Amino acid sequence: MLAFILRRAALVIPTFIGVTLLAFALIHLIPGDPVENLSGERGMDPARRERLLHEFGLDRPLPVQYAGYIGEVLHGDLGTSLTTHEQVLDEFLTLFPATIELAFFAMLFAVCLGLPAGILAALKRNTVADYAVMGVSLAGYSMPIFWWALLLILFFSVQLGWTPVSGRIAVEYDVPAATGFMLIDTLKAGDWGALRSAISHLILPSIALGTIPLAVIARMTRSAMLEVLREDYVRTARAKGLPRWRVILVHALRNALIPVITVIGLQVGLLLSGAILTETIFSWPGVGNWLVHGVQSRDYPVVQGGILLIATIVISVNLIVDLLYGVVNPRIRHG
Amino acid sequence: MQAPGTLREFWRAYSQSRGAIAGLALIVALLLLALFADVVSPHPPNEQFRQFTLTPPMWDEGGSAMFILGTDPVGRDMLSRLIHGTRLSLLIGFISVALSLSFGVLLGVIAGYVRGLTETILMRLMDVMLALPSLLLAIAVVAILGPGLINAMYAIAIVLLPHYVRLARAAVIAEAGKEYVQSSRIAGAGALRLMFNTILPNCAAPLVVQATLGFSSAILDAAALGFLGLGAQPPTPEWGSMLAGALEFIQRAPWVVTLPGLAILVTVLAFNLMGDGLRDALDPKLKR
Repeated sequence: MLAFILRRAALVIPTFIGVTLLAFALIHLIPGDPVENLSGERGMDPARRERLLHEFGLDRPLPVQYAGYIGEVLHGDLGTSLTTHEQVLDEFLTLFPATIELAFFAMLFAVCLGLPAGILAALKRNTVADYAVMGVSLAGYSMPIFWWALLLILFFSVQLGWTPVSGRIAVEYDVPAATGFMLIDTLKAGDWGALRSAISHLILPSIALGTIPLAVIARMTRSAMLEVLREDYVRTARAKGLPRWRVILVHALRNALIPVITVIGLQVGLLLSGAILTETIFSWPGVGNWLVHGVQSRDYPVVQGGILLIATIVISVNLIVDLLYGVVNPRIRHG
Repeated sequence: MQAPGTLREFWRAYSQSRGAIAGLALIVALLLLALFADVVSPHPPNEQFRQFTLTPPMWDEGGSAMFILGTDPVGRDMLSRLIHGTRLSLLIGFISVALSLSFGVLLGVIAGYVRGLTETILMRLMDVMLALPSLLLAIAVVAILGPGLINAMYAIAIVLLPHYVRLARAAVIAEAGKEYVQSSRIAGAGALRLMFNTILPNCAAPLVVQATLGFSSAILDAAALGFLGLGAQPPTPEWGSMLAGALEFIQRAPWVVTLPGLAILVTVLAFNLMGDGLRDALDPKLKR
């Protein structure tokens, strides 16, 4: 077991190194003078430029610079934002819980609706229900997320007035930031109005972000269930006279879940991509929005740090999913 | 060369699915729209009719037959912009996929045939690219190259690349051990001929499916970049950038928001349907 974990973890290391190389190279690949790009100042006099060049370490040979960069990263120094002059890592850590909260509820939505839909479609194969589920799924991952979000806003916020349009919580609420997770913080503060507001602000973004994972999970569940339902052990269970629901839930679903869990885990990367777009539409104060503003305002330390951090998180989550998959499916562990 | 019988077989399998036929028909329609965009559009896509900003579509009150689908915030005809957007999107999809596919297959076939250190380095590089969420990678590339339609196409091609490399490599490795390859090699075929004449045609099926699905990815990614202001720049009538900043008009001019997205949905749906149809037709294991 330990050997399996170590082996999988070791495989990830070259990928991680590659990502750090990419983040490091970013500054040097961008057209223009690296000193200007890193400091945000244009048209400096040569003396100041020399000083900054030395300060940023840009006069050292590239491998030395890279080593220096890695050293800084490991110490938590990912540079300073050119627009806010805050530490990149601090900004990221402040904003990240918002993105996690959004991604979590999006995934919850996707799984709670996607799994049953996929099971239903598998059980009622080639009927109206099946086509409906598959049709909606197909539409779900053929739409641009930001358009879907706009449609949701148009329908639920503008026409029906049920949900707010943007932000994480109504402006009038001032919640002391304890964990960074709005739902937890409002609970801690005992502010029910704020809690309700936070929940209502979460609904549309979660639906928008969760739609594509929902479509993928529904499809995957359906095909996994179809495969499993054909297996001999299911026929045996039915022949034994077990009630239908037991056969489906206990025997079939448990084995169908294995590929589905993998797919769920792999959605994380997709969720972060989608979060970038969703946060922009809903003015959600998360990491995606921050990164986009960084790119649009040429705030290169933010871009560099943001890419490194997000990529690290995706790699780590994929590794954890990989390990979990090994726990659930013994064939992988010993294969 | 494929015998005519195989083509007919393939068509029979493909046409089994109504969705696949619908997808194909849609794509043909879109192609025609794109080719004849200048003829079909009632107005030039970038001409601003300053007195007619934000006119509703024809069927709404306040709409006029002059602008069937209404106008946008600066008075440009929506229908004409959408039609020209078709041409842009199909072009983006085609170029990105073509670029990505050719490089990807080349790299993948080399990796799968040569093996060894070359393969390891290449595949590790692909792993790094796959480790990043696709939009993030595209944004990184655009951050380096600068915003713009052409750079967006490069970014998308880079994002799609690892999939083709992996596919080509896997296919080559699977085929390389087989007898027909061995006999070709014994007959004296050189490495290049083996790679491209003998092995590659037999790996074509999954590549074609991935290419079609890559089209829909490309169109969605291009729209996302356009929406973020990192892709096509105004006044280019790209569907995604038409949606940028549309939020403020959502109340008074919902057609500005709904129509471009609908165009994206229909196009991507068409390619997904066709891709699914191709996959079902070409993969004998999936035949129900």
